[in-house]
Amino acid sequence: MSEDLLRISDLKVSYGGIEAVRGISFNVRQGEIVTLIGANGAGKSSTLRAISGLVKPAGGKVELEGEDITAKDSSVIVSKGLMMVPEGRKIFPNLSVLENLKIGAYLRNDDLTEDLEAVYGYFPRLKERSWQAGGTLSGGEQQMLAVGRALMGRPKVLMMDEPSLGLAPIVVQDIFEIIRRIHENGTTVLLIEQNANMALHVADRAYVIENGKISLEGTGKELLSNEKVQAAYLGAKG
Amino acid sequence: MTEKKNYRPTILLIAGLLIFVIILENIRSVFPWLPQIFDPMSPLFTVLKKAAVYSLVAVSMNLLNGFTGLFSLGQAGFMLLGAYTYAILTVPSELKDQVYYLFGGCAFQFSIVDFFKGIFGAGGAGGAFSMVLGCIIALILAGTVAGFFAFLIGFPVLRLKSDYLVIATLGFAEILRAFFQWQRLGPITNGANMIKGFPTFSSFNITDGSGRTILQLSTFIPFLVTTICIAIIVLLINSSYGRAFKSIRDDEIASEAMGIRLFSHKMLSFVISSFFAGVGGGLFAMYVANAQAKAFTSTMTYELLLIVVIGGIGSVSGSVIATFLYVACSEWWLRFLDSEQYIGGFKVPLLRNGFRMVVFSVVIMIIVLFFSKGIMGNREINIAALLDRKKTGKDKAKK
Repeated sequence: MSEDLLRISDLKVSYGGIEAVRGISFNVRQGEIVTLIGANGAGKSSTLRAISGLVKPAGGKVELEGEDITAKDSSVIVSKGLMMVPEGRKIFPNLSVLENLKIGAYLRNDDLTEDLEAVYGYFPRLKERSWQAGGTLSGGEQQMLAVGRALMGRPKVLMMDEPSLGLAPIVVQDIFEIIRRIHENGTTVLLIEQNANMALHVADRAYVIENGKISLEGTGKELLSNEKVQAAYLGAKG
Repeated sequence: MTEKKNYRPTILLIAGLLIFVIILENIRSVFPWLPQIFDPMSPLFTVLKKAAVYSLVAVSMNLLNGFTGLFSLGQAGFMLLGAYTYAILTVPSELKDQVYYLFGGCAFQFSIVDFFKGIFGAGGAGGAFSMVLGCIIALILAGTVAGFFAFLIGFPVLRLKSDYLVIATLGFAEILRAFFQWQRLGPITNGANMIKGFPTFSSFNITDGSGRTILQLSTFIPFLVTTICIAIIVLLINSSYGRAFKSIRDDEIASEAMGIRLFSHKMLSFVISSFFAGVGGGLFAMYVANAQAKAFTSTMTYELLLIVVIGGIGSVSGSVIATFLYVACSEWWLRFLDSEQYIGGFKVPLLRNGFRMVVFSVVIMIIVLFFSKGIMGNREINIAALLDRKKTGKDKAKK
């Protein structure tokens, strides 16, 4: 594993005086899947929003390939290669599947044929429905569309906010299978999940966030066998 | 994966339509025995002219409200800016003193038509060419002025959301209307009086030496200008910018996460929409043959909003169809409701001045209640696809 692709140091986010993220530091290396797990309100999503420029951080630093991108405009951050799959999918319901995918490549001016083929390769369902309005897809298909849309931006790091939210267990498995395949094809993934079990199984490394701070870190396997994690997030037996 | 759209049938159809308009307005001069309705002064042509002008403004409003999701009610204000810009620029210099007599002449003596007449000559072909060129440039400037003002007020206003944006834009339009009637501005805007004497649609009719009309073009001209402008808007909507507008309408946060700069795209849509509203305002001045701030009330904006809603928010073809239906109803088909009517010896009750508006309101309520998506929803008429469907249908029938 080579050097850090994405490095977050002492990141702080607050909403009107309430600190949601209180100094988080972690790193993502080239070719890894890194996951942040934690309960509701632990500050996972805020961290991601601050990295992607949707929220201005109150402090700290975000670096991509050594370049400081803290608090930059989200269009700048996207053009540097950080794409996000937002929480709750947030596809464009009145645009067709194809248009949704093209929006993902909005900042690119080159030919999209190859990328569309690649996305349709991951999600054949989307190809069948490319003329259908995004809002008519099922929840799982919408999640696939959201992932596909982000992939169209050719991200260096693909950031996913709770891709399993509100999906049936069998669909969640599909989604994680796709995440694994995307990763195998060379995309670095930063994954945020409440579904700690699934997330830890695919992750190379993982961080546990509690009350806006990192309380534990380790490889996916280490955390899976960690007693504290088992008790708090995996519904441990005994 | 770039879809190749077949534009040819659409272009042919539109060209055919434009030629049809020319034929329609000249047919009675060839066949004088045709019914009164084909006379160029008949309500048919009034409706066609007004609807052509309104459809441009309705489509420009739809670009903002339907495609970008910015609910703005400033359309009448931008039309006013366009109408005044057009009027002030094109009133012939020799008429200015007469038009502005209450204010002792106009402070702005320049007339764009006269300027070109100075270059190309005032008589014959040179004069005609100067008039056409002057009008085109004046219309473009009318749009530019409206777009520029949109740019200025866009900075504070576009940061507002939904209801607040509506109130702010509506307020802007009302302020403009009052401002243009201000007596102090009289030497430029002619105060509360109308500006007239500038080239109108009928100035484009081709006449022979004795002043007799050879070729009527007064309905064709608004159709032509509107067609060109709507074509530009449609191309914009189908471009990647249009896609970005639609994504902002659907979900602002997700668009931002895709790297779309919200503010600059909203501003772009606002300025372009206002530009075409300004051009529409110039056309409106040509249609009514005067420019008067009084005409550009919020009622006008509501009319346009109604058209957009009836046609379908997010559908260009819907807006155009709805405009023609709406204008035809309000100016022509439902006129009979405003006067006493007799069926045989029986006097139909209720019919009197103003009853038309009552019926109209009921029709609108029915549409809003039962066809809340409008005539077209957010679909478009796709002529190429229609032809394709017919063809495949025939193929199937053969088998």
